[in-house]
Amino acid sequence: MSYEERLQHVSVLGAAGKMGSGILLLTAVEMADLSLKPENRGKAYVLNAIDVSDEALAGVMKYLKAQVLKLAEKKMVGLRKVYAHRADLIDNDEIIDQYIFDVISLVRTTTRLESAYDSFMIFEAIKEDPEMKIGIFSKISLNNPHKPWFFTNTSSIPITKLDEGAGLNGRIIGFHFYNPPAVQKLVEIIKAEHTLSEVEAFAQQYAKNLRKVVVPSHDKAGFIGNGHFMRDILHAAAEVDKLSNEFSFVEAVYALNKISQDYLVRPMGIFQLVDYVGVDVCSFIMSVMNPYLENEDLHCHLLDNLLEQGIKGGQYSDGSQKDGILKYEKGRPVAIYDPGTKTYVSIGDFQSKVDGKLGSMPVPPTWKNVVGSKSKDEILQVYFNGLKQTSGLGAELARTYANRSCAIGQQLISSGVAMNENDVNTVLLTGFFHAYGPINDYLK
Amino acid sequence: MIAGYNTLSMGTGRKEFNPKKERPGLEEYIREAGQGTLAKIGGAENVDECVIGNFMASRFNRQANLAAFFPYVDEGLRYKPAIRVEGACATGGLALMSGIKSVLAETAEVVLVIGVEVQNTVKAIYCADYLAGAGWFKNRKNGHAYFFPGQFSDRAGSYFEKYGREKTRQALARWFRNAIENARLCPTAQEFHNTVHDLEGQAKMEPNGKSFVDHLNIFDCSKVSDGASAIAIVSQEGLKRCGIPVSQAIEVKGWGQVEEDITKPPADPTELSTTKQAVKNALAYAGITRDQIGTAEIHDCFSIAGLMCIEAIGFAEKGKGADFILEGNTSRTGRVPINTTGGLIGWGHPTGGTGVHQAVTILEQLTGMAGDAQVEITADQPYGLTVNMGGDDKSLVSIVYKKAE
Repeated sequence: MSYEERLQHVSVLGAAGKMGSGILLLTAVEMADLSLKPENRGKAYVLNAIDVSDEALAGVMKYLKAQVLKLAEKKMVGLRKVYAHRADLIDNDEIIDQYIFDVISLVRTTTRLESAYDSFMIFEAIKEDPEMKIGIFSKISLNNPHKPWFFTNTSSIPITKLDEGAGLNGRIIGFHFYNPPAVQKLVEIIKAEHTLSEVEAFAQQYAKNLRKVVVPSHDKAGFIGNGHFMRDILHAAAEVDKLSNEFSFVEAVYALNKISQDYLVRPMGIFQLVDYVGVDVCSFIMSVMNPYLENEDLHCHLLDNLLEQGIKGGQYSDGSQKDGILKYEKGRPVAIYDPGTKTYVSIGDFQSKVDGKLGSMPVPPTWKNVVGSKSKDEILQVYFNGLKQTSGLGAELARTYANRSCAIGQQLISSGVAMNENDVNTVLLTGFFHAYGPINDYLK
Repeated sequence: MIAGYNTLSMGTGRKEFNPKKERPGLEEYIREAGQGTLAKIGGAENVDECVIGNFMASRFNRQANLAAFFPYVDEGLRYKPAIRVEGACATGGLALMSGIKSVLAETAEVVLVIGVEVQNTVKAIYCADYLAGAGWFKNRKNGHAYFFPGQFSDRAGSYFEKYGREKTRQALARWFRNAIENARLCPTAQEFHNTVHDLEGQAKMEPNGKSFVDHLNIFDCSKVSDGASAIAIVSQEGLKRCGIPVSQAIEVKGWGQVEEDITKPPADPTELSTTKQAVKNALAYAGITRDQIGTAEIHDCFSIAGLMCIEAIGFAEKGKGADFILEGNTSRTGRVPINTTGGLIGWGHPTGGTGVHQAVTILEQLTGMAGDAQVEITADQPYGLTVNMGGDDKSLVSIVYKKAE
């Protein structure tokens, strides 16, 4: 079965979720583009959007329509050629409307898993629950006569475990998008022990057609992205504990969030990133990864404690940030949750006190100014040289944080998760939008 | 002509511009420009007739019957004759011609002329559809997504092939630099806030046919603009009625108003032959040579159109336009300063308003009222020239002016 034939009947599981809807969009567009080739006219293309809630699926269709509109506007130059044979479509807006219709009409929303029994390939982006995934994969595999291929978006569960659990005999691969899939350039591809070579070849082709940057990761829980991110959280949480003599909880969280954003020149602070992903999601990913790790306990009391009090973070369906460890106004943190009093404390109440204690620091370049700059490397080297020579609590915390981030990266290589330094850096640069990779010489 | 007024040219480049926020509409631009000129000529009671030029409000703003906005500009214009004219991007020039002819026919002593377009109501990709109306609709289907950039990209491709690409692209980059540097001197210009240091370097960006067109980049293109300009066309009697000193007026010395068949492709894509004819007519009518022109406002909807227009006027021979530009002749201190407030690339291109804006700029330059953008007008080159083009060298208005005496 060719690449194009396999993409004639596809199902996305968890299609109404944040990741699933993005995967649905990218796959729908890829399928529509295939269906519009002259040689494929008249062939049927079917994309099942499967999820548990009809309401959520209705929202997905609105999302698809809005996103395909934007995309069509961007690729109008090419679309005029695609529809050159249609004498009735003259103005750009007529072609755009037709393209949206052609993409959307491939998609069938449904809450019935049985729809996947006819598909040649299955994208999965459901809850990070190994047993649930195995159960669903087994069911589809047993009932689907086409021996479908499974592309799982898991960010933490070893693929080999899913393969063996569901009895797929290598018809599975980890195809891990970053959030949001339509925007983030990175895809981690993770082969299970027995992943079929043709499945991998398809995955590479699919990623290429989607213009993604591919980083291969070994089949170890958490892979590269979460392998770094989860340990980064643990470091920050441990530093918050250590600062308890000096600072209250909210003050320490503020300090670490500021250090990790401003002084490490990252797009957001570590606790804001946890809120972005979801406190519950982070905690869950740790619990999924933990059983597979040797000599390491991936477990964060700080997150568990907050979760017990109902602090979850995450995003609203329009993509705006829910309150979590931090409270947000217009997307900016304005207060921090205090588990002691169970209230948010305004950052303004303690900001100057904490900043004072952190001491003077070299003025960091902003992430926004660095990330697209041609002289990025020079700017960062000048800044980190200054940081090296600065004494005081803030500078010390920043250096320790950067060194730990580097060590986590190296650990991912030595433990066999990543192939090399470049892959680790690529994941952090493209999947997390960092301005520089964690493995670097700036502080040496 | 007297009492010119320009609104801001609003769109990308202006700090005030935010595509997500509500902005003034068509009627606000009409009113601001109209009131601007009325205030200078002693009010609406001095006006006999009105002309409004607009290209495509029917699509950009879903509005027609624009002449009926004159009483909205000022109640004193109620029940006075008014007309709306259209000729694609030459609309403004045609509006002026309509006013000039009323004065010459002695049906009016004072004609208020407004040119307006409000285009930022849609994204550029839809704007391209609307502006494609300036071409033959039967060519739209096989045209480029960005129809007119596609047309002039094809012309640029032919020109590169015939006369060499490298030097021509350098000249186009210089054209951009001159446009922006001039716009920085004019507070109403769309590129007034531009602070880019290496303008020529920026303009040398390689064209990318996959996302735009093959031979031009975005810096070769005029702006998508919201704006309006107004001016009063008066007889000698009208000038007295308005109470404006002769020193603040310019005289129309001649014009060329010509049309070419919209259904025909250009015989030679490296030449603007209709433009050539219009300028020839205008100079002959005025009885002057091109060497007597001290400044010109020409229709650089694309940088390559600016270059070809220079050759059409005869400032440079065919194929030598790039040298003429690179030698500095068109800069504000050159032999004949061109587009002294930025032209369509730097000041902006509110399509139906552009022809009127050109007249306002010439009025300001020849009467010494151009402020920071003022260039030197010498006694042996006292004339101003405008070239306003509609479509791909189809509807042309070229006018020769001189300071009134």
